[in-house]
Amino acid sequence: MSRAPDTPEATDSRAGAIGRPTVRTEAWRFVTGAGAYVDDLPAHRLLHAAFLRSPVAHGSIVKLDLAPALQMEGVVAAYDGEALAAHCQPVRGLLAHLPDMQVARQWPLARGRVRWVGEPVAIVIAESRALAEDAAQAIAFEWTDLPPLVDAGAALQPDAPLLHEELDSNLMFSATVATANVEQAFAQAASVVELALRSERVTPMALEPRGILAQWDASQNRLTVHMGTQVPWMMQAVFANVLGIGQDQVRVVATDTGGSFGSKIHCYGDESAVAVAARLVGRPIRYVVDRLEAFVSDVHARGHEATVRAAVDADGRLTAFAVDDLCGAGAFSIYPRGSVNESRHVLGLTGACYQATEYRARIRVALQTKAIYGQYRGVGHPLACLFTEAAVDAAARRLGMDPLAFRRRNLLPDDAYPHRAPSGARFERLSLCACLDELARLMDYDRLRADQRERAADHARGAHQGVYRGIGLAVFVENSNHSSSNYGRGGAPIASRDGAMVRLTQGGGIQCAVGLTDSGQGVTTAMAQIAADAVGASIADVRVLMGDTEHTPVSGGNWGSRGTGISGEALWQAGIALRAQLVEAASALHACSPDALELVEGAFLRRDDQACVCTLQALAEAIYFRPERFPRGFQPEPAAQRHYAQTEYDGIYTNGASASWVEVDTRTGFIKVLGHWIVDDCGTVINPLLLDEQLRGAAVQGIGQALFEGCLYGDQGELRNATLADYLVPMAAEMPDIHVGHVTTPTATSALGAKGGAEAGVTGALASVVNAINDALAPLDAQVLELPVTPERVLRAIGAIRSPAS
Amino acid sequence: MSPREHLADALRQRCGLTGTHLGCEHGVCGACTVRVDGAAIRGCLMLAVQADGRQVRTIEGAGDDPVMQALQHAFVERNALQCGYCTGGFLLTAAELLELDPDPSREAIREYLSGNLCRCTGYQAIVDAVELAARRLRGQSGTDVALP
Amino acid sequence: MKPAPFAYVRAESFEHALDVLAEHGDDALVLAGGQSLVPMLNLRLVQPAVVLDINALHALSTIDTHAEGGLRLGALVRHREIAIHPVIATRAPLLRAAAPWIAHPAVRHRGTLGGSLALGDPAAEWPACAVALDATIRLASRARGERCVAASAFFQGLYQSDRRADELLVGCEFPRASDDSVFFFRELARRHGDYASVGLAVSARGRPGAWQDLRLVFFGVGDTPVSATACSAALIAGDAFADAQTRLEAELEPRADLWFSAPAKRHLAVQLLRDAWRDLGNPIGGT
Repeated sequence: MSRAPDTPEATDSRAGAIGRPTVRTEAWRFVTGAGAYVDDLPAHRLLHAAFLRSPVAHGSIVKLDLAPALQMEGVVAAYDGEALAAHCQPVRGLLAHLPDMQVARQWPLARGRVRWVGEPVAIVIAESRALAEDAAQAIAFEWTDLPPLVDAGAALQPDAPLLHEELDSNLMFSATVATANVEQAFAQAASVVELALRSERVTPMALEPRGILAQWDASQNRLTVHMGTQVPWMMQAVFANVLGIGQDQVRVVATDTGGSFGSKIHCYGDESAVAVAARLVGRPIRYVVDRLEAFVSDVHARGHEATVRAAVDADGRLTAFAVDDLCGAGAFSIYPRGSVNESRHVLGLTGACYQATEYRARIRVALQTKAIYGQYRGVGHPLACLFTEAAVDAAARRLGMDPLAFRRRNLLPDDAYPHRAPSGARFERLSLCACLDELARLMDYDRLRADQRERAADHARGAHQGVYRGIGLAVFVENSNHSSSNYGRGGAPIASRDGAMVRLTQGGGIQCAVGLTDSGQGVTTAMAQIAADAVGASIADVRVLMGDTEHTPVSGGNWGSRGTGISGEALWQAGIALRAQLVEAASALHACSPDALELVEGAFLRRDDQACVCTLQALAEAIYFRPERFPRGFQPEPAAQRHYAQTEYDGIYTNGASASWVEVDTRTGFIKVLGHWIVDDCGTVINPLLLDEQLRGAAVQGIGQALFEGCLYGDQGELRNATLADYLVPMAAEMPDIHVGHVTTPTATSALGAKGGAEAGVTGALASVVNAINDALAPLDAQVLELPVTPERVLRAIGAIRSPAS
Repeated sequence: MSPREHLADALRQRCGLTGTHLGCEHGVCGACTVRVDGAAIRGCLMLAVQADGRQVRTIEGAGDDPVMQALQHAFVERNALQCGYCTGGFLLTAAELLELDPDPSREAIREYLSGNLCRCTGYQAIVDAVELAARRLRGQSGTDVALP
Repeated sequence: MKPAPFAYVRAESFEHALDVLAEHGDDALVLAGGQSLVPMLNLRLVQPAVVLDINALHALSTIDTHAEGGLRLGALVRHREIAIHPVIATRAPLLRAAAPWIAHPAVRHRGTLGGSLALGDPAAEWPACAVALDATIRLASRARGERCVAASAFFQGLYQSDRRADELLVGCEFPRASDDSVFFFRELARRHGDYASVGLAVSARGRPGAWQDLRLVFFGVGDTPVSATACSAALIAGDAFADAQTRLEAELEPRADLWFSAPAKRHLAVQLLRDAWRDLGNPIGGT
């Protein structure tokens, strides 16, 4: 699969910076401790905030007396929900184009009722964080208990108490899809497998907690917010809406951001409260959530229970899939993206990689007294993949077929595009079979199977007792380069058209500005590579500005694997335009035809003899300091700006395949991941050095959810493991080396051809780890379909213990 | 200085050394790692008043040491960092490891770094970078990606 | 997440430390390595009036390898010193075996033997080792001077010990290993360096078929380190392993934690017992 030839410039640039494993020069800031995260920024007359948060899952506020806090040392102000409400607007995380979605209004601080453990109830502003915490602790807060809604299914029962009186039930959203002949397909199937899967909620857990520095300039009536965020332009609209002011009265600057993964793209009540308070007190306020607060206030994700069915005909061909999915999404729908997108991707993508033509799906999203759901890397795709691939493995096992061969028989062939899945999802161009083949080669599938057989023989001889090995495969799709079909249509203030500006500086360098942010992905370097090739400059001469609504073009920001594909394309087009403008200027300066010159690595070369007529630096000097050298009347234009939105598909799907090789010790239930492989197709690869480790990092997050992570709630709705000691994230010692391969199918919807790569690593990881474990347990006729797959669950599955565990 | 200030806060707020990061403040993540009298420790688990009379080395001041320099180069070359929030802690811990063991296995590297949390990378680039730095410090050439 | 205010007192002398404890009692908390206390302060799980820092009491940092009866370690001996000290490795191999299981290098640099014993976390290594080795814990107070308590009597409940509010834990004495002493230490933890889900420290003398003084101390399975005495008696008596296992299952009453139910913990304890018994060279019938 190769991309269509582009303009001559584009073809030339393939030998340039794009595609090279370029190191990030900005990384030097981080290895020397010179990063500047929001908590590192200096500010004069700075105040600090702390919050009183609800200690109960559901209650009516009886008494909230701030007086004891206001009397304490160093306290400047304190507000509860009622006091703040006079100065702000509520938000609603509603996607207006979705029928049957109902969402309650949410204020920055609770009013009247608290609905989850961790909900912000009051804010204290003081001269130091410690003093603010002292005062928050002194607030007199009393409530009467209301029944917690812990279980999503119970929350949907007709007799369940209503979480929001303004709504008619606790059902936030539901949707169904069914093809005409789906029941017939299941009825006529040679074999039907049915699995009940369940995954615990997890949380993105970016290492840098969320933070904000808000300042109100009364002389200009403007709010300036510095924050670790993926979406400065969206946050501009969010703060404007919360404060009830114009968007252009808000400036948002994205600082260095210590990881995000979807956690820093939302409107959080605590951050809103800080912005409102900054206006009220007239001094800058900084607030960084601490780790305990992060666990109960950051978005949670991926907790679902689902029944999945797959039908297979007598020839071993998958004919139908069905999924019935229930998700408890917490106390509100998160603003502005809404808390239903995970489930919608489950509906859109379960079974979608396969040739099965019949499909039925139902999704339900329940309100409950838990932390609010939001987007976490891969938004629903990892679950759709898990549900599908677990069922595919079960079907292969039922048929006695090798899971690799079974997939090869049933996957969508690589020449079947564009394709519309039974759910309605549209794929531009995928390479599922090529990725699976590459995966099998990379992991040496046959050797691992042979190793597994040897193990089985060893068991028969009495060796390696209790230790079983298994292989798990998963193929997946992952959406990227989104159109406006969801957020734009739904009324969420999230741009889908990104701008890029490129200009020649007076020193002869190339300065670019895009509205993205860099929370570690290396977008800065990727953008520099794109600009260097598009303009014809050396990458060392390119500088990239990002993440400031005052100085960079509008952008939807970094999420959904869109940054490189969308802003990158805008930058590519801007760079191509600038290149033409600069060649024109140079030709005017040197009295030749523009066709006679080309710009290569910062030098203008005559096409006929490759002689250098001038450099970017010389051109810049002439443009800015010596206008008289140009022909009379000629005004060179040393800057270009372009915008790009992907409008042909809802999103451009990427695809890939992953595999895990695990060892299960059935004596203890402990699991060791021996190896993990990913083959990804994200179209044009800008920088394999950055992409590969990003894929690995995503895979580790997926392995983490498969084996370790989970937000464990007690029956009163309390989060029982809200510390980093108890919420288990994967660390170096437990992780394997992860091998990465690529297949390249550029998208034809852009000249650059890049799709997203940020999420693919996680999308297949859950499924491949779970499939590997169940492959290992197959000789024991046992399986675990609950995530995380803990030793306890393994021991129960194999019958080593019998207790009903919590 | 208030006795309740931990060392990491004091370094950040009183000395302006913001390269020491706070990821959890309960001793799990390792982002606040600093070296006190040579030992890599958790900056959030030592009161600032306890550092009276001790030599404290943070990531900002660590770069004059050849082991650290080798690690910094290797981390950049191998892209052993993404958001950078954990990086100082990893570097300081890795430097201590290489001082104790100039030729650690990958497994030993993973084990020694197992008290430092990175949420971005897959840890593999970090292990690669420590291996590369160790090889260079032992006078063997590592396969390099050229620096710009 | 900042600690509540407290008064910080740096103990200038042993007597000074005892004076502070005599005056403040329960209102004072002793700061040794700080690897458990400081997180609890940061999390405001404890809000003491006084934090008494004993780190300047260098006399508590000593490792006396010639003490009468064996090895005497001061309360301020750090985990890392125990891990690398050559004499400890020969005189008390169980301590050497256990030290690397404690958390991570940065925590081992600061954390102390005395702090770990005084806190008595039921999943921690040193309390279990102290019980397995029949160690003696030394306490001192202004009112009563020094006293010694057998480790087996020291740990009394969840984070409850025989240490009284005015007492300072000053050290621990471990009997010298004899020529026929053998040890076993292992724990099952979800991640490297995590507190044990279930752990086992074993000290014994003798050889397969002729064991005496077999001490099986499980941790992470109760409010304190748990000596499996019935199981041990069965094994010394030469009962079938299955019978000893049954005894162990009967005498352990684990408390579920976040990730393991009581039956799972009991099951894991049996697996550790099996590993230990095999490791010590004993045959195990069946599987």
